[in-house]
Amino acid sequence: MKFGIVIFPGSNCDHDVYHVAKHVLGQEAAFLWHKDASLSGIDCIVLPGGFAHGDYLRSGSLARFSPIMKAVEDYAARGGLVFGICNGFQILTEAGLLPGALVRNAGLKYICRDQYLRVERQDTPYTARIKQGTVVKIPIGHGEGCYYAPEEVLRELEQKRQVVFRYCNAAGEVTAEGNPNGSLRAIAGVCNEQGNVLGMMPHPDRCAEEILGNAQGRRIFESIIHSWQQARRTRI
Amino acid sequence: MKARVYVTLKRGVLDPQGKAVCTSLHQLGYREVTDVRVGKYMEVTFGGLPRQEAERRLRLMCEKLLANTVIEEFRFEIQEE
Repeated sequence: MKFGIVIFPGSNCDHDVYHVAKHVLGQEAAFLWHKDASLSGIDCIVLPGGFAHGDYLRSGSLARFSPIMKAVEDYAARGGLVFGICNGFQILTEAGLLPGALVRNAGLKYICRDQYLRVERQDTPYTARIKQGTVVKIPIGHGEGCYYAPEEVLRELEQKRQVVFRYCNAAGEVTAEGNPNGSLRAIAGVCNEQGNVLGMMPHPDRCAEEILGNAQGRRIFESIIHSWQQARRTRI
Repeated sequence: MKARVYVTLKRGVLDPQGKAVCTSLHQLGYREVTDVRVGKYMEVTFGGLPRQEAERRLRLMCEKLLANTVIEEFRFEIQEE
């Protein structure tokens, strides 16, 4: 499987994702420059974390108009896997590929810490190897990760089961203390209706091998690979 | 031709920055302040368009880029120079 990692000016987790895909999981990986217009041969596009275009104006607002984003939108519309992590999630919401927006953390501070998340559904390509209800510990590092959407959109998200990750405490309970940034309904990650586009604020790329003290993020990447292999098998 | 563009968070969206500023104003003794909302101000200079067309295009700029209408609202004034 080949991961395509988009580099915007200001991306800073591009190499983390590349390392996980290539060296930890033994897959192919390629960097894609934000001015590229083609995505040929890529099986999963990753929009990595960082501060694309300096986060000027709003996080993700300028990156959303980078030339490659037209190709990413077409790729998503065809059902291709598009995975946004942190700043990548912000870019996907700005691009309208995912609903809602990410605004300043309720406590105003940039937060960098380990965070518990509850996996809300297993039937997505990103969580295929993680049972629904599982609590995973994955670090966050953001100043603008407070998920916001109007009430009617939130209701629709719940109804269509688009909330994939929710902030929680160690026991898996969604509590005010377990919600680091004031996200509405403790939303940490959402997918589109079809489930092929996912955005999440926490960083599975920062915890995918034991040497880092936590390998739980690896399960998300393994899910992607597993789903891709399954889909390929059905096609053949 | 110059436009002054004001972008503010919608009423329902939490504005922690505004809240922090409000608290500071209270600490300075300005008890009469009941709310502060922090927004953005932009000056956009452009030329060569009739006023109506300029307004139409500026509105599009705001909707596409200058504001995120999921969370923000905008207004603008156009000044002939």
